[in-house]
Amino acid sequence: MKVKLENLSKRWGKVVGADCINLDIGDGEFVAFLGPSGCGKTTTLLMVAGIYKPTEGYIRFDDRVVNYLAPKDRNIGMVFQSYALYPHMTAFQNISYPLKLQKTPKEEMKKRAQKVADMMDIGHLMDRKPAQLSGGQQQRVALGRALIKEPQLLLFDEPLSNLDARLRLTMRAEIKRLQVDLGVTSVYVTHDQVEAMTMADRVAVMKEGKLQAYSPPDELYDQPRTLFVAGFVGSPPMNFLDVEVVRENGDYHARRKGFDAVVPSDRGEKAAGKGNVILGIRPENITIANVGVSGEIYVVEPLGRDDLITVHIGEASVHVLSDPTLGLRMGQTVTLGFNTHKVQFFDPQTEKSLLWMD
Amino acid sequence: MNRTSRLERGGTPPLSHAPSGEETSSIGARMRSRLEAYGFLSPAVLLVTLFFFIPVIIIFILILSDLKSANFGTLQWWLPVNWSLENYAKIFGNKFFPKILGNTFFYVAVTLTLFIFSSALLIAVLTTHINRRAGFFFRVLWLLPRLTPSVIYIMMWQRMASRAPHGILNQLLVPLGISTGGDLIQAAPWLFVIIANGMIGASFGMVIFTSAIEAIPKDFMMASKVDGASTWQTIRHVILPSIKWPILFVITYQTLSLLTSFEQIMLLTDGGPGLYKTEVWALTAYHRALSNYFGNNQWGYGSAWAVILVIIGVAAASIYMRVFKFDELVQEPKIDLL
Repeated sequence: MKVKLENLSKRWGKVVGADCINLDIGDGEFVAFLGPSGCGKTTTLLMVAGIYKPTEGYIRFDDRVVNYLAPKDRNIGMVFQSYALYPHMTAFQNISYPLKLQKTPKEEMKKRAQKVADMMDIGHLMDRKPAQLSGGQQQRVALGRALIKEPQLLLFDEPLSNLDARLRLTMRAEIKRLQVDLGVTSVYVTHDQVEAMTMADRVAVMKEGKLQAYSPPDELYDQPRTLFVAGFVGSPPMNFLDVEVVRENGDYHARRKGFDAVVPSDRGEKAAGKGNVILGIRPENITIANVGVSGEIYVVEPLGRDDLITVHIGEASVHVLSDPTLGLRMGQTVTLGFNTHKVQFFDPQTEKSLLWMD
Repeated sequence: MNRTSRLERGGTPPLSHAPSGEETSSIGARMRSRLEAYGFLSPAVLLVTLFFFIPVIIIFILILSDLKSANFGTLQWWLPVNWSLENYAKIFGNKFFPKILGNTFFYVAVTLTLFIFSSALLIAVLTTHINRRAGFFFRVLWLLPRLTPSVIYIMMWQRMASRAPHGILNQLLVPLGISTGGDLIQAAPWLFVIIANGMIGASFGMVIFTSAIEAIPKDFMMASKVDGASTWQTIRHVILPSIKWPILFVITYQTLSLLTSFEQIMLLTDGGPGLYKTEVWALTAYHRALSNYFGNNQWGYGSAWAVILVIIGVAAASIYMRVFKFDELVQEPKIDLL
């Protein structure tokens, strides 16, 4: 089933939950709503679920406007952060609850619950109450309950936030695999950019109720359309430097005090002559080199595979991912090479990309 | 200098202190703190002893005696010689005993079912499913009967139910042909006894059920809606099971309170009209002990009625706890780890 949000807004008096959201979700697509808390991602999800009624705009399921359709008539499944398993029911009763509401015959109910339980690998836990299940098991029961009525749309509201890091990794992979196998259209709300990037076909980044970007993960990463997206997506986050781009002898130079880098002309020409602009570069695109910009190491943080080092260049500072075998120390002076093919430029006023916005 | 003062503040016990000396001083301190505790407790202990334990002991002696206004001062009721089970023989031999017992069960069961449980739950569910402010307003309305002093509240009912053309109810019912215009309380005493009491009692359950429903995590309601439940199905499958404990509490508490309450009935019908038409157990105990004919208050006999009522109350409470599986409600959840 396709989902389409048109100028969708939700307001409570003066409080804006979601502000004029426009996006399309294709049949069988996995879309993540990503943003910090309070950005309106859950509000939007709950409007899709039918719990909240939109103040303005339309929600379409396969071209049909469903604004006033009750949640029970939308044929959706939803997984909550708290799991929301009914505490007085056993795992079996929880999973088969949607079928019970449809007055499905007992035999069929058992059969389908068993099928879902086998899929989720919780067959042996069916007669336990939620309080007798671990977090991961509860998560599987909640997933089973969302899947049992074979919904046309699956909604996830930060489903992995309450799990420990290891389990989160396992469940992440499982949910992704399950979604592909079942081919059911899914919306996944998260504040964790790694979850969004790894699981989704397309990521909708939201901030203060507004949609900031809506694109596939790699595009989001390589071609951020706003300063917010560039800073929010990626870990460790992108470095930002205030620079001025000038053309000299046919080359484009990004310059600030103590910093001068030649940038490729296709990127440089879009930022040249605009006065102060913001240069963005990811930590993995800066290397310790023989020639380049020199700076002083402020701190070294070993991450295992890499060292994250903070280098002061004049008044600015940048994060760099470097090889631990280099044995860099605090206070040492290093020369940094910038992979300028990957630089981004943003307008400091509008905070929009100078490269990717038309 | 600095270091020593820091050490002292650090609380390491100086070695020079003899262990025995330390012990005695700590025993002294413990005694003192215990005395303090008893000191603070003593007013409460005194009050409970004076106004609860001693009266209870007196009651248990009284029920064995035949103390009444007529022999007060001459009967030595505290002497075992004057004790017997006569009072109980009188109660069970009373020809109105079955009537009073039936009245009590009828009154408690009907008021509890119609008002204190059903109406209270209905008000709580409805007012939590509408606009918050409107819900609050309606709940406040339902608190009015409880806030009104009993005498005024009952007088309002008496005025409403009085003969045509004075009573407002008769003004409605006579044209409809339902009433002939007589006093409605005389015509249907039970109806008024139950409604008047029920409307007071409903607010208790309402307040408790409302807070219990509001305390159910919103996720459960959302999950239920998404799972395909109508509002009624959500109420039945999610809300009601979640407030099982408050329901047990309200039913038990209100059964006991209905069993022992009598002032509204006394003010409204005084057990009438006629002989024992609406006389309930608690009212009988009151009538016998404190409001008898010719001022002959049968304290011993009345107390005997009251003590049986207490036994009935305890029995009812323990039956409720069985039915609602109280043990399971208070049990610790069995969590095991993955």
